[in-house]
Amino acid sequence: MAKSGAVRKPDAVAAPPRRERALRAAELDRLIHERVRLGIVSALAVNDALTFNELKALLKTTDGNLSVHARKLEEAQYITCSKSFAGRIPKTEYRLTAAGRRALERYLDHMEALIRTTRQG
Amino acid sequence: MLSAMTSPRPLHDRALDNLRYIRQTMERAGSFTAVPGWGQIAVGTTALAAALVAARQRSPELWLATWLGAAIVALAIGGWTMVRKAYAVDDPILSGPGRRFWLSFLTPMAVGGLLTVVLYRAGLWHALPGTWLLLYGTGFVTGGAFSVRVVPVMGLCFMIVGAAALLGPAAWGDWCLAAGFGGLHIVFGGIIARRYGG
Repeated sequence: MAKSGAVRKPDAVAAPPRRERALRAAELDRLIHERVRLGIVSALAVNDALTFNELKALLKTTDGNLSVHARKLEEAQYITCSKSFAGRIPKTEYRLTAAGRRALERYLDHMEALIRTTRQG
Repeated sequence: MLSAMTSPRPLHDRALDNLRYIRQTMERAGSFTAVPGWGQIAVGTTALAAALVAARQRSPELWLATWLGAAIVALAIGGWTMVRKAYAVDDPILSGPGRRFWLSFLTPMAVGGLLTVVLYRAGLWHALPGTWLLLYGTGFVTGGAFSVRVVPVMGLCFMIVGAAALLGPAAWGDWCLAAGFGGLHIVFGGIIARRYGG
């Protein structure tokens, strides 16, 4: 057991950082690679907060679609959702978390790396 | 073999497409895009007419009244065309980037109004054109941080014309007002209308 751990550890350390980043990026693809989710994260990256209706108009999507994708991002803790009332009208507001911002940055890095690699190839 | 050779290309295209989508979404989400190009052309045209009328006035009071009248007309045209464009492009005026644009734009406008009163009382008529142009330009530079790139550039041009009016001879005042409120509105209005959907 100890031997197996000792063998595995150097392998993990020796793993090239590029490969490691690519693996992590591949993981995040499942969360923000999808268009609507990528749009939500991108829009929130340049705004402190956006309401449900603002995001819906911006991404030109339906209530149900936006709701489902926002929920997935919320579960991943990439965004936070707060509900309040503006007068009598319910207001749902989304914000990007630090984890969400890092995920977007990693995703951008990954896309840029892909472009660089294919250009070099 | 062929498939293996050609497979990186679609991947490259998809990556580029994703980056483009992120950039466009950020631009739309972070920018107030309802600055009306056609409205600015109309405002510029009325400003040129106002410059012609104002230059013929014999008293400073009538000169000032002409420009204040033109400002009211410009406000009505600009406001109406902006609301129309905001509705057309689904860009809210009073929330998100629109709200930040207005807060940044209106502050120098309020200062301009106050300074107009002060300079009027002090009899410093020749300082009015430069002050108006400088502060109007400042409004577009600061508000333009939340809009498309051409808006702060337009603001900077207004500031340059304003500085010329303020530092140059008093006789330049009407020319600078015509060049700024007339010419710059028409030129940049044309650019905005062509590149940013009306």
